Amino acid sequence: MHLHDFWFLLIAVLWIGYFFLEGFDFGIGVLTKVLAKDRKERRVLINTIGPVWDGNEVWLLSAGGATFAAFPDWYATLFSGFYLPLLLILVCLIVRGVAFEYRQKRPEERWQRNWEHAIFWCSLLPAFLWGVAFGNIVRGVPIGPDKNYTGTVLDLLNPYALLGGVVTLVLFTFHGAVFAALKTAGDIRIRARRLATVLGLATAVLALVFLIWTQVHTGNVRSLAAMIVAVVALVAALGMNRLGREGWAFALSGVTIAAAVAMLFLALFPNVMPSSTNPEWSLTAANAASSPYTLKIMTWVAVIMTPLVMAYQAWTYWVFRKRIGTQHIPDPATH
Amino acid sequence: MNLALAPETLARWQFGITTVYHFLFVPLTISLAAITAGLETAWVRTGKEKYFHATKFWGKLFLINIAMGVVTGIVQEFQFGMNWSDYSRFVGDVFGAPLAMEALIAFFFESTFIGLWIFGWDKLPKKIHCACIWIVAIGTVLSAYFILAANSWMQHPTGYTIDKSTGKAQLTDIWRVLTQNTTLTQFFHTITATFIAGGAFVVGVASYHLWKAKRRQAAGQAPGEKERKKIGAMRSSLRVGLVVTVIAGLGTAISGDTLGKVMFEQQPMKMAAAEALWETKEPAPFSVFAVGNVNKGHNTVELSIPGVLSFLAHDNFADSVPGIHDTAKAEAEKYGGEPEDYIPNIFVAFWGFRLMIGVGMTSFVAGLIGLWTTRKKRWLAPEFRTGDEEVPRLMLTKRTEMSTFFTKWSWRIGMLTMLFPIVGIAFGWIFTEMGRQPWVVYGLMKTKDAVSPGVGTGEVITSMVVFTLLYGILAVVEARLLVKYVKAGPDLDEKPPAKDPRLRLPSGGDGDGDAAESEDADKPMTFAY
Repeated sequence: MHLHDFWFLLIAVLWIGYFFLEGFDFGIGVLTKVLAKDRKERRVLINTIGPVWDGNEVWLLSAGGATFAAFPDWYATLFSGFYLPLLLILVCLIVRGVAFEYRQKRPEERWQRNWEHAIFWCSLLPAFLWGVAFGNIVRGVPIGPDKNYTGTVLDLLNPYALLGGVVTLVLFTFHGAVFAALKTAGDIRIRARRLATVLGLATAVLALVFLIWTQVHTGNVRSLAAMIVAVVALVAALGMNRLGREGWAFALSGVTIAAAVAMLFLALFPNVMPSSTNPEWSLTAANAASSPYTLKIMTWVAVIMTPLVMAYQAWTYWVFRKRIGTQHIPDPATH
Repeated sequence: MNLALAPETLARWQFGITTVYHFLFVPLTISLAAITAGLETAWVRTGKEKYFHATKFWGKLFLINIAMGVVTGIVQEFQFGMNWSDYSRFVGDVFGAPLAMEALIAFFFESTFIGLWIFGWDKLPKKIHCACIWIVAIGTVLSAYFILAANSWMQHPTGYTIDKSTGKAQLTDIWRVLTQNTTLTQFFHTITATFIAGGAFVVGVASYHLWKAKRRQAAGQAPGEKERKKIGAMRSSLRVGLVVTVIAGLGTAISGDTLGKVMFEQQPMKMAAAEALWETKEPAPFSVFAVGNVNKGHNTVELSIPGVLSFLAHDNFADSVPGIHDTAKAEAEKYGGEPEDYIPNIFVAFWGFRLMIGVGMTSFVAGLIGLWTTRKKRWLAPEFRTGDEEVPRLMLTKRTEMSTFFTKWSWRIGMLTMLFPIVGIAFGWIFTEMGRQPWVVYGLMKTKDAVSPGVGTGEVITSMVVFTLLYGILAVVEARLLVKYVKAGPDLDEKPPAKDPRLRLPSGGDGDGDAAESEDADKPMTFAY
């Protein structure tokens, strides 16, 4: 196995980590308007991810930074090419982060309501846009001989990629509902479970169409295997959710996300960004990679740091393992 | 093409706006993390309530600030790819490594342990809780280190070769990149500067509360128990702030001097520009200020100190320092083109350099005066000593107190200079980045060759407008929130956790809401979003 193939794998792992973790953060953000009945319930939901959302988001920065270090051309083409969607994602992540931190810092109704709108929209949009972005990466976009993106923003808005966006949005919201069922107590927990069933069924229909489309378009045997894992895990997650086995349901919705993202990466390999203009101009794991020396250094860093990060982040989840109900939300006046 | 709309100009403006803005929050993030950690350590070790209140208070201001630092930092990670794709392709092999290390090592530390710290007051044993903020503090410093290593490589590329087939920079020695003198001096200089910023901020806020308390007493209000507690917490904070400012100020001056010498050697043009030194001089004077047009090749009125620039560059008062003209000529011969292509914006470099030093050092001097005048017991006649919960008198000598007028202004200067170092740091960055022009990587790549060829002017304008508006709104929101919490002062009703939380539930319970738990299972969280 070449080092750059190994790094392709590592980048995939970082994105899987990101979508697994921030997936339910986005889902919780969307559910603040879909599931919560009032402000107190919204706060219950927000506080289930309160201590962890920031750490989850760093998986994105790591994926971005690692792409820059290991595949400079991939990083350059992707982020200069998908300029406007990325801009929108960045704006959302900025506003959303500030919204979590500042929402309860003033008692005024308007202040809190505005930040709550921000949390909803700035969770919904990135959840959708990441799917659009990955749909386009797998599908291929116009790339010239100098590795630069030659299309416009309209080229990114094709049915396949848009369907990908809808799938990630619904899948993340499902993942969020399962997470909410696992982390909350009382009435909201029951409703979260019920909503998860609906969202899970919707995900199943949409994801099946998208994954089969992907498989037909660019698939191979390995991506087919990943697709089967994703579908089985999703069905199992639905079943566990029905049975009230919330821990299992969450683990399985996580496996669904991991397998679906893995499928996209497997369908992509050995390309990293196929060119729809001329296959010879595609960016591949080989021609977009850094030198073996840089990859070797980065391998050491990643192999040491990633398990360590996973360990202490897991510990964080253990510290905050207690369920949250409306009774745990302090009065706003105490701040 | 209209120069004002050249892609390079737009991309540079955008980078300047987003980066300077991001760095307004970085200094307080780095320094307040450590100061809060120090105060919490004091609380854990002594159990004194004033340290608990101080920890909570500065921690709250720290969190309001870091929220902005974190979210604006996300843009930094991606805008190299967005606006500077040719740069990213050219340097990625070298530059990407420290950036990825920053994310994997530093950002994860910061972001994970900050969550534990914010929400962990009633969940974690005191000592572990305190360790969390220390890890955050270490994370912020590590983050600064890696990004400064990357920036230093742009100032002085090292540990690389140019690949013959691709024409791109290729890393050959990561150790050189991480430990070259540019990296180490820039790191030391930046970190100490951030601590002046934190120190001055703490001094300013503490001055505000102490001065108000003093005025209330002068108006005849006897301080109640709460007031005395507040004074206690603020007085300790004031001393911490002053000590930090003075030590960091010394460190900044020393590291600045070293960095200057490194720069004279590695980027002579930047330093000649910093001095608007047009002609080579032997010995070279240090220009205190210049009137007229420093940009036009001559200065009409100038106040300068003979020989000092030679000293700054070479540690003696006689050596020759090359001027702008000679340096530009040398660069043109080496890299091709006309000499004027190699002259950065002298006005910005000259004044940026002066403002950095002037504004930053004002806080240092203020700190020094404050440290002396607010000293306790020793060196004070007994009748002038003040207790831990009293506003300190400003003492010039053993028994001479400052006059009312100077006392008033001393407290006010403490407040007014609160944000000076942050401004100084911003000017420092503007100076060092603009002084490197026309290069983006010194001697290897020019800024105009670094922009994204595929990104249209419309897209860059869109993103620039969006970021500027968004950042403007957030600045107002953040500033007003900060002012609100600064004015409110520490929450003195808040009590430290009565018993030290234990990490494991007695039952070893799994925290499932169904299980019978101890009686405080339904207790509200001490902190919630």
